[in-house]
Amino acid sequence: MSSHVRTVRPNQMVALMERAAHIKKMLEQGEKKPYKDVIDVCWGDPHGAGMKPLTFVRQVLAACIYPQLLDGGNLPMDVKRRAQKLLRWCDGGSVGSYTNTGGILEIVENLAQFISQRDGVPAHPENIWIHPGSQTSLTSILTLLLSSEATPKRGVLVPVPGHSTVPLSVAALGGVAAPYFLDEERGWELRADELRRALASARGVCRPVALYVINPGNPTGHVQSRKSMEEVIRFVAENNLFLLADEVYQGSVYDANSEFVSYKKRLYELGPPLAHTLELASFHSASKGLLGECGLRGGYVELLNMDPVVMPYVERLFHLIPSPPVTGQIALELMVEPPQPGDPSYPLYMHETEHTRRTLVDNVKRVLQVLNRLPAISCQPVRGGAFAFPRLHLTTKAIRKAKDAGMQPDMFYCTKLLEDTGVFVSPGCEYGQKEGTYHIRFCIMTPTDTMEELLRRLSAFHLKFMKDLS
Amino acid sequence: MSGLSATRCGLPKESVAENGAPPRGKVLTIDTMNPTVKMVEYAVRGPIVQRAVELEKELSEGRKKPFQEVIKANIGDAHAMGQQPITFFRQVLALCSYPELLNDSTFPEDAKSRARRILQSCGGNSMGSYSASQGIDSVRQDVARYVQQRDGGVYCDPDNIYLTTGASDGIVTMLKLLVCGEGASRTGVMISIPQYPLYSAALAELGAVQINYYLNEEACWSMDIGELQRALDEARGHCNPRALCIINPGNPTGQVQNRKCIEDVIRFAAKERLFLMADEVYQDNVYADGCEFHSFKKVLFEMGPEYSNTVELASFHSTSKCYMGECGFRGGYMEIINMDDEVKAQLTKLVSVRLCPPVPGQALMGLVVNPPQPGEPSHENFMKERTATLSALADKARLTEEVLNTVPGISCNPVQGAMYSFPRISIPEKAVKEAAGQGQQPDMFYCMRLLEETGICLVPGSGFGQKDGTYHFRMTILPPADKLKILLSKVKEFHQRFTKQYS
Repeated sequence: MSSHVRTVRPNQMVALMERAAHIKKMLEQGEKKPYKDVIDVCWGDPHGAGMKPLTFVRQVLAACIYPQLLDGGNLPMDVKRRAQKLLRWCDGGSVGSYTNTGGILEIVENLAQFISQRDGVPAHPENIWIHPGSQTSLTSILTLLLSSEATPKRGVLVPVPGHSTVPLSVAALGGVAAPYFLDEERGWELRADELRRALASARGVCRPVALYVINPGNPTGHVQSRKSMEEVIRFVAENNLFLLADEVYQGSVYDANSEFVSYKKRLYELGPPLAHTLELASFHSASKGLLGECGLRGGYVELLNMDPVVMPYVERLFHLIPSPPVTGQIALELMVEPPQPGDPSYPLYMHETEHTRRTLVDNVKRVLQVLNRLPAISCQPVRGGAFAFPRLHLTTKAIRKAKDAGMQPDMFYCTKLLEDTGVFVSPGCEYGQKEGTYHIRFCIMTPTDTMEELLRRLSAFHLKFMKDLS
Repeated sequence: MSGLSATRCGLPKESVAENGAPPRGKVLTIDTMNPTVKMVEYAVRGPIVQRAVELEKELSEGRKKPFQEVIKANIGDAHAMGQQPITFFRQVLALCSYPELLNDSTFPEDAKSRARRILQSCGGNSMGSYSASQGIDSVRQDVARYVQQRDGGVYCDPDNIYLTTGASDGIVTMLKLLVCGEGASRTGVMISIPQYPLYSAALAELGAVQINYYLNEEACWSMDIGELQRALDEARGHCNPRALCIINPGNPTGQVQNRKCIEDVIRFAAKERLFLMADEVYQDNVYADGCEFHSFKKVLFEMGPEYSNTVELASFHSTSKCYMGECGFRGGYMEIINMDDEVKAQLTKLVSVRLCPPVPGQALMGLVVNPPQPGEPSHENFMKERTATLSALADKARLTEEVLNTVPGISCNPVQGAMYSFPRISIPEKAVKEAAGQGQQPDMFYCMRLLEETGICLVPGSGFGQKDGTYHFRMTILPPADKLKILLSKVKEFHQRFTKQYS
């Protein structure tokens, strides 16, 4: 078996996931537990956590899938018009046809327009590819940058804490995931001196070729400042690295003092020569933000300043991914072309999106309020993204008990939390963290009462856990 | 290094060049790029398709051409060619997308109950929620039931079912697992020539060694164990052969392997310790009298425990072909037999990286393996639509073979199954020379000319592989019957013209 796949690090979460699924099933079958349901906030999955899809999106999707709905009287006019337009863009007028490998041309053009309007900088459809989810795009770019044959191995600088799929992809492609640590005390800031340290350290074991950044952050919820982004850009330029900017949470900023600005825009603000030379891949998707359509698998990558000689090979590689699911492409289209004032669906769309925005802002407030009042747990401000990532200040007794059970302390905490309260969150060890620190991560994109219930159960559990192991 | 310092000082590019120092080099260049990517080609969407798209654009801009429309008979996309989706499937998926429709009386009850069941299996009752990376549990169970029934009761364990983003996703994932080693011990993968170019492209990207075994054109493109042995023995010298890929029914050749042949292949794989990869996406597309689809899994188990306990097999299916033609949903599954437990754990990890397959595609796969049953309200209409689609394909398969065989210089094997014909064409020496002069394969030259003169887009045989000195093209049988007739007569006329021009 491929040795690269073997080095992909063991997924410690599997047992916990299986336990959560098992408990869900038992509850469904009527088994009695101290709680009536599992609160699954383990993933960045808004619908899974109870948020509702946008009505307009689902109406258009249904009409595209079953065009007979266009004849009936029940769907709003703008839904029908939109579905008709989308179907005209599909071969044979069917969402069951293959599309162009990089996505339906008209949708790619609309993505380009969205990006241009967002950044005040032109975006070109030829540089944009739609894929089944941003992770697929990222893996493709990594395939280009890494090489299983290379000696020394090639490296990608990745954030710690950070989502595990990135280091897994890097390792599976024969590369080295070299960590740089985010600064918890400073709200999970990305510091230039840490980047420099990480790079120097990485050079000892590999040849670094790229820097992966995620802004807003997962799991940290950090939103980068202008200064921080400029430091990253200069760092990448000085050290001849390819910049991979994961911006899938750009639609989720909660803090009034924070603002999402794309790396592309920041790069252009710095002007030439950087703006015209620095190689950048920016990723976005319909899985997060207001749509939350993770299951539809719609994501895209925008490439900037690529060597023109390399582009035909990039295209050939992308052609290996036959074509992204049409349902995911529709989600992307509707994300960038929502109902406009005057459209029949606009009032409902505004109502639903406003409600979601308010809910998430309030959730974040509540989380910080509740957690920062409890002993032995603290949480940095969640300025954006989908998660809270509070720190557990565990006692020596608790740590020892975990070790006796053969688990990382935060995995032990999560396991007990699930058993005792039905709250399913993931441990910080899944994402990496500074030695001797422990965290949990949970999704904050939930309905208000789910969040209240979650915090109630978590608080009660936490107090008892800390008391029992003091 | 001086170039970098100049940049840091903020000096404009021009003065850097004047100093003779190079500007900041790109990180990703042709030299630093993963070398295996250079080897990747994918004929089905290659240069001929790009030209076809250009011509479409020119036509839409009002440019005069010797044809009214471009007919894309290059890709196995049924809906693009006018095939209608199965009503029931679309109803259920619409209900799943917008559950308000469960209150709409125009939807049949069985569609609604299927939709409710699917939604219950989704997080938050929404198709927008991630599923488990291996796929929705209830769908995997439905797939297992289908496989068991299809294979005459041979047990299928849902744990061995992985839902995938189309069959291609599963195939590439399995190849990623299998390919390893360096130099002479680098993994070799046997693929049939002619082959579906996804395989060669994936092998190139993974840096695996491609081991070609030729299908026997004279015997209706059947597999020949002697040829398999030859290919394998030769390959052992320079690589470590580990896998054998079969497409049945075949693409591009359309042959449907008979039972004995499948048994022989299994025995061969067992003897030579090869991992079998059985691409069975066309399993419902069988047209010729006397031909029948036998799954590799079924035959393996009917050969008894000596084989069924040892031979490692991955079987692939999808929602893109057969009578559904739902390419755009990217639904598929693979069934893994006799895989080492540790390897299986690694496979589970590998699929977790891409999070999950598209949920609508998973739901659709669940419907395909669990269609309306006799007695259910939608059953009659479902059977009507399914039968109509499959018999239309069968008619078009026969028509294609008949017409092409009337053309001197074209010879077409019976299209026993799948969606394509792969006729052999004779190309005059003069044309071969002119092609070489333009740096093109002779059948690419032929197909390009065909495209320019008739607007018909086919894929040259060189994109699929063929015996040296032979030429072919692949043409789908998907256009509606009347259009297909026109297409075939135009191909006939073109061939005669072309042959005359270069005689």
